[in-house]
Amino acid sequence: MPPALNDERSDDRVRVVEVDIPSDVRYIERVVELVRRECESMAFAKRQTAFNVPVALTEALSNAILRGNHDDPAKQVHVRARIDTSGLIVEVGDEGTGFDLDSALSDPTTPDNLAREDGRGLFLMRKLMDRVERVDAPSGSVVRMTLHRE
Amino acid sequence: MSFSIKKDGEVVVVDVEGQLIVGNRQELKQKVLDELERGEKKFLIDFSQTGYIDSSGLGVLVSLSKKIREQGGELRLANLNDDLKTLFELTKLDTLFQIADTRERALQSF
Repeated sequence: MPPALNDERSDDRVRVVEVDIPSDVRYIERVVELVRRECESMAFAKRQTAFNVPVALTEALSNAILRGNHDDPAKQVHVRARIDTSGLIVEVGDEGTGFDLDSALSDPTTPDNLAREDGRGLFLMRKLMDRVERVDAPSGSVVRMTLHRE
Repeated sequence: MSFSIKKDGEVVVVDVEGQLIVGNRQELKQKVLDELERGEKKFLIDFSQTGYIDSSGLGVLVSLSKKIREQGGELRLANLNDDLKTLFELTKLDTLFQIADTRERALQSF
């Protein structure tokens, strides 16, 4: 697994968003908006700032809060995003043990799965980002998503 | 983000303002189920003022569709912007729902 993002700070060419939130889904929109705005400031395509980034990041945060941290508000979710003119790298870390991304490959678009109410989160992350992977972290579980700017 | 509900003839019309995501999906579900319990059968969800929808929001729409059908009712969706259309196409949920381009067309389709 690749290492987590380093401690780089924001400057004119690179924007870094770093935030810790309690495991509460009501925080998701605020974090998404912070990252979305920085992508907008780096002239990402409108579809990316209005669709790809918000939906994929909402899924990653939702997974971290509900599955990684089991909706326990005492547990934190750590978000670190690096945005520049080439793209976005965003890492979402929780205090859980994580799960094998490759084992969660069921296709929600098959006739058998289409009417299911769940099972589309990771599918959407993969469809809307260029890369989704787990990264090395000293503790907890970290998922990294990469999106190249259009 | 909020949901407003009003009647247009026999149809319950729900406007989704803002996002439909994990943080507010239950509110939409409860509002529609309350109307269903009151005996309403025809539902239209209008997305003209919607930003984005996540997988939880899609899950609630699937759930409502089933529950409305079980009660002998019908659900239509309308006014999906290009991004939302892409979302429904990616997940193939465009094959599960009856989707109209405009509210008027959706109302006429009942």
